[in-house]
Parts: sequence; C-alpha cells; structure tokens
Amino acid sequence: MSNLVEVPVNPEVVQDQFVVYKKPKTLTDKPLHYCPGCAHGVVHKLLMEVVDEMDIQDKIIGVAPVGCSVFAYDYMNIDMQEAAHGRACAVGTAIKRMMPDKFVFTYQGDGDLAAIGIAETIHAANRGENMLVVFINNAVYGMTSGQMAPTTLPDMVTTTTPFGRDVKTMGYPLRMSELLAQLPATYYITRQSVHNAVSVRKAKKALRQALEYQKEGKGFCMVEFVGNCPSNWRMTPLESQKFVEEKMTQYYVVGDVKVPGGK
Amino acid sequence: MAKSLGDIVINIEKCKGCELCIAACPMETIALSPKINQKGYHYAIKVQDNCTGCLNCELVCPEAIITVYRKIVK
Repeated sequence: MSNLVEVPVNPEVVQDQFVVYKKPKTLTDKPLHYCPGCAHGVVHKLLMEVVDEMDIQDKIIGVAPVGCSVFAYDYMNIDMQEAAHGRACAVGTAIKRMMPDKFVFTYQGDGDLAAIGIAETIHAANRGENMLVVFINNAVYGMTSGQMAPTTLPDMVTTTTPFGRDVKTMGYPLRMSELLAQLPATYYITRQSVHNAVSVRKAKKALRQALEYQKEGKGFCMVEFVGNCPSNWRMTPLESQKFVEEKMTQYYVVGDVKVPGGK
Repeated sequence: MAKSLGDIVINIEKCKGCELCIAACPMETIALSPKINQKGYHYAIKVQDNCTGCLNCELVCPEAIITVYRKIVK
C-alpha cells in the first residue's frame, strides 16, 4: 500500500443538505471507553438512532448494568439509572410500575443478565413486565478480563478455562432467548448480531420493532445481540467478527425466537 | 443513469483504528493512516475519491464518528 495520502473532501458533496448519516443527537460527545472494535458501541449507536427516530428522548428511561457497559449512562443522553449487579430487570420493573407512561429498557451483558441476574431476568419475563431488555452476549466477562461466562461456547478458551470449556464439568452454554421464549408472558424475543453491515441493518429493525411494541404496551421484549469481544478473545477486531460469523452464530442462531402470534 | 456521489468525514480524534470500516467498504475508499492521533491510535482516512455513500462504514463503526454525505447527480 503506497497510496496512503489523505484525500480532501469534495466540497460539492460535503454540504448539510446531502447528509445521509450522522451521529445520533442522543449519543453524547464523550469518547466511548470500550476497546477498539467492540460491539457495545454499535448497539449504543443503534439504540440511540431508534430513540431519535421515534422522538422519545424525554419519554425513555434506561437501566445501566454492571459490566463493560456500566458507564452506558455517560454516553446516552437520556434518563438512566444504574442498577446493582444483575438487578437491572428488577429496577426496570420498579420504574415501569411507578411511571407506566414511560418507555423502559435495560441494557445488560451476559455476565449480568445470564449469570448473577438470571433470577431477576426470568421472573421479570415471567411476570410479563412491559419493558425492553437489550442483552449483549459476547460469551465472556469482559470487564474483569475475560473469565468464563454461562454463555461461553464449548471448548472456548478463557482465562478461567485455559483448556477450553469442558461441558462435562462446566455445563453447556445458556441460550437465554430460547429459555425466555418458553414463558407464556413474554411477547417478542429476537436474537441479532452486529458483525457486518447487513446484520447491523437487521438488528436496527429488530430494535425498532421492540420499541414499537413497547409503545403499544404489549409486554416483555428482549433483543439479544451476539457481540464480539476482541480483547478478551485475544483477537483483532476483524478476526473476532469472523469468529462471531463462524462459531457464535452456529450456536446462537440469529433470527426471531418468539414473535407475536407464534410462528 | 443517475450516479451517486458520496463522501465521508471521519472524526479522527475519536477513531480507535479497529479497521472494521476498512473491511466493510466495498470501494476500498478507507485505509489506516500511518500517522497517529492524540490517543496514539492509527486512524482511518479516506484515500480514494470513489465513495458512493453506501453507509456500510458508518453501520459497522462502533464509535459513530463517520458522517456520510450522498449526492445523486443525473
């Protein structure tokens, strides 16, 4: 690669009237603290784009988890509440019951939602609480440097499973979406990934759909994102996207798990 | 035939050089700069004037720092 000279912008095209995409206004200017290539950034962006499109910035309340996305409230310019580890669904229940006219979403990782907070999650889903759960499944505990999570794939190497996850002693990865889809009170459950441009477009549609259902007060919705964690998988961002495409989506099959009316 | 003229503006100070936009770009418009920004990351730059404004780079960008412009010319 010899031609690495920056090309100046074309002043005929770079005009306000031709903007087709710019940063959503509900996303703050603060630089994200996530590692380069992390899926959290994409999901933050999609969520705030949907909030902007639906114009519900003053009507939506988010619940931030404990985990990598613990500072989500710094990046989303909406009302946010920090919850204790795993208790985001419980806090979200309280907020929704106190203020039923607001939109409520929780933003949780797999260590938060599928491990310590699995009881809160299942019971909130079983009660059919009218809120949206955004679940980022990247198969490791990211913030604490990559220990095995309940969602770690079989034979996947993490810091606490240096020889790979042995399903005989450590069990099988939890498919949270399928687990919650069995409950009659849940309304819309889908699994998406954000590893390439096509999947990001689909993921945004799913998020929009889930928030539309919230607007209609339909019930418990969950959007699971199969994300990447380049730092803790010891990969480059591009390799981690390939891993999501080849391995993660084999076990966590992307698509709608439960749609209204059944399928 | 209508032609689509695109352009991108990247906020280089917030770029972390993850190279996802480079892989997503179908026209090879973007490359990683040999220079580094204030945080010490090599940042993405536009190296060719062939952008079509397809939005792929902004879709995969985790930092939401790419602004995309598109002008349709007849």
